[in-house]
Amino acid sequence: MSAPNTPPSREYLKPPVTEVGVLGWLRTNLFNTWYNSLLTVSVMLILLQVVPPFFSWAFIDSVWNTPSEACRDIDGACWSVIPQNISFILFGFFPDGEQWRPGSAMLLLLGLVFYSKNSKHWKKSLGVYWLIGLVVMGTLMYGGVFGMQVVETAQWSGLPLTFMLSFFGMVAAYPLGVVLALGRQSRMPAIKTLCVVYIEMIRGVPLISLLFMSSIMFPLFLPEGVTIDKVLRAQVAIILFTAAYIAEVVRGGLQAMPRGQFEAADSLGLNYNQTMRLIILPQALKIVIPPSLGILLSAFKDTSLVVIIALYDVLKTTKVTLSNPKWTAYSTEAYIFLAVLYFICCYAMSSYSRKLEKTLHTGR
Amino acid sequence: MNETENQVETTPAGGLIIEVNSMHKWYGDFHVLSDINLQVKSQERIVICGPSGSGKSTLIRCINRLEEHQRGQIIVNGTELTNDIKNIEKVRAEVGMVFQHFNLFPHLTIVENLTLGPIWVRKTPKKEADEMAMMYLEKVHIAEQAEKFPGQLSGGQQQRVAIARSLCMKPQVMLFDEPTSALDPEMIKEVLDVMIDLAEEGMTMLVVTHEMGFAKSVADRVMFMDEGQVVEENNPHDFFDNPQHERTKLFLSQIL
Repeated sequence: MSAPNTPPSREYLKPPVTEVGVLGWLRTNLFNTWYNSLLTVSVMLILLQVVPPFFSWAFIDSVWNTPSEACRDIDGACWSVIPQNISFILFGFFPDGEQWRPGSAMLLLLGLVFYSKNSKHWKKSLGVYWLIGLVVMGTLMYGGVFGMQVVETAQWSGLPLTFMLSFFGMVAAYPLGVVLALGRQSRMPAIKTLCVVYIEMIRGVPLISLLFMSSIMFPLFLPEGVTIDKVLRAQVAIILFTAAYIAEVVRGGLQAMPRGQFEAADSLGLNYNQTMRLIILPQALKIVIPPSLGILLSAFKDTSLVVIIALYDVLKTTKVTLSNPKWTAYSTEAYIFLAVLYFICCYAMSSYSRKLEKTLHTGR
Repeated sequence: MNETENQVETTPAGGLIIEVNSMHKWYGDFHVLSDINLQVKSQERIVICGPSGSGKSTLIRCINRLEEHQRGQIIVNGTELTNDIKNIEKVRAEVGMVFQHFNLFPHLTIVENLTLGPIWVRKTPKKEADEMAMMYLEKVHIAEQAEKFPGQLSGGQQQRVAIARSLCMKPQVMLFDEPTSALDPEMIKEVLDVMIDLAEEGMTMLVVTHEMGFAKSVADRVMFMDEGQVVEENNPHDFFDNPQHERTKLFLSQIL
C-alpha cells in the first residue's frame, strides 16, 4: 500500500502529427473533404487573379499627393484626390481659416468617447466632463465669442455633421428607446397604447420620409416667424427614428428576463423604479448589446441620408468634390477612402461592444 | 398615515403576525385556493405540505402579494393586503421570501445581492449594510464567497446566500417556497441546517417543503393541503403518527 492517494500511473500520448500543427490545421480547415479542397484551390486561384493587380494599382503605380494633372498619365490609383481636397471633404462649407474649430471639436468628442469607454471612469465626474466638453464643442462650432466669427449651423458640414448627427442620435435615442420599451410593457392602457402606436408608426415609415417631414412639413405647422434650426430638426428625426427600433430590441431583453428576478426584487420591497433601475435593466440591456449595436451601426450609416434635405455630411462633401471636373475621374479612390473611414468607426463600435459584453459578463 | 408608522415595530413572541381569513383565489376560472384560514403567531414554525398543484406555493405567495387574492382577508404584521402598492411594499419589506430557484441577482456580487435591500428599502448606510451582510454570510457559512457572482456558486451555496439576503432585511417572518426542491441531494442538508439554525433562534417561518424530516424535527404545526383547501392541520407528532383524513394518509404513504 504505497501512497494510496496518487492515481495509478498512466501514459500521456501525443496526438498524431496529422492532427496538430500547421499540417493538422490545413487538413481540418481547408482540405477536410474533396469539395472543400476544390473550393480552397479555386478561391486561391481567384485571389491570385485579383489581389496582385489591386495591390499594384493601389500601392505601386499610385500617386499620393499631387495636382490632378499628374494623375492623367499613370495606371495606378490617384489618391491625391483626398489630400488635395481634404479640408472640404472633412469640413465642407465651414469658413476657410476657421477649420481648426470643427477639427478640435471633433478631437474633443473622440477624446471624451475614448475616456468614457473605460468602465473605471463611470463616475459622477464623467458627467461633468461631458457637460464641459459639450459646451466647449458648441462654442467652437458656433463661435461668436473670444473673437471667433459666428458660423451658422447651415454651414456645419462634412465629418463634424456626420459625427454629431450620429453621436447625439445614438446617445439620445437609447434612453428614449428604453423608456418606450418600458412604456410598452406598462399595465396602464393609455401609456401602453401610446408607446405601441408611436413605435409602430415610426417603424412603418422610412427614415427618408421622416427627414422630409422634419424639413418640409414640420415648418408649415409652426407659427409665422418661428423657425427651428434645420440641423436640429434632422437630429430630432434621427433620434425619434432610432428610438423606435431601440425600443423593440430592449423590449426583447425585458421579455427575456426570468419572472423570478421580478419576484425576488418585489419580495425585498423594492418599488417599480428601483426594480427596473437596479435589477431588470442592467441585465436586460446587457442581453441586448449585440442587437442594439446593429441598430446603432445602421443609425450611424443612415446619417448619410440627410443629403436629401440638403445637409452636407461627409458623403455629400465627397460627392461635391468629385463634381469638380478635375477630380471626377477619381471617384473610386475617394469612395474607398470614405469606406475605410466608415469602416474604422463601425469596427471601433463593434469591437467596443464585444469588450463591454466581456466586462459585464458575470458567469452563468 | 399615523397607523402605518407604528406597524413596523417588532411583534412580541406569541403575537399574531399573519392572519388569513376565509381567503379565496382564482386563476381565471380555476378556483385554486378555497376558504383558507390561517393564523401564524410570532416565532411559530409552520410546514405546509401536499401534492403538487394543491395550492401550497400559491398560498405563501399570497402572503407577500406575489399573487393577488380575490376574496377574504390577509393581514400581515397589522397591515391588510389590498391594491395599495405602498402597503404591499411595506409588507414585503417585513416578509422574507426564499424561492425554489434562489432568484439571486446574477449581475451583482454576493455581497451586493445582500446589501441591495437594506440600502434601497431600509436606507441603511452602505458601510453598515456591508458589515451586516458579512455577518449574515458568516452565519450561513459562506463569507469567503462574498465577492463572487452567483453564477460561480453551487446551488446549495446560492440558496444559503438567498436566505442571507432575506435575513439582511431583518424580516418579521420568513416564507420558504420549496427551498430544497431544486438542489442536488448532497446540498439539501447544508440548506436545511441553516433553516434549523434560524428556527432555533426564534424566526417565524412558513415553509412549503417535501422534507418530512425537517417538518418532524422543526415544525410546531404541519398543514396538509389538497386541491386548494387545508385538509388537515396538527402538531407534527400527531400529523405523522395519527393522520385523520384519508387523503393525508394516502399522501403520507406515498412520500414516506
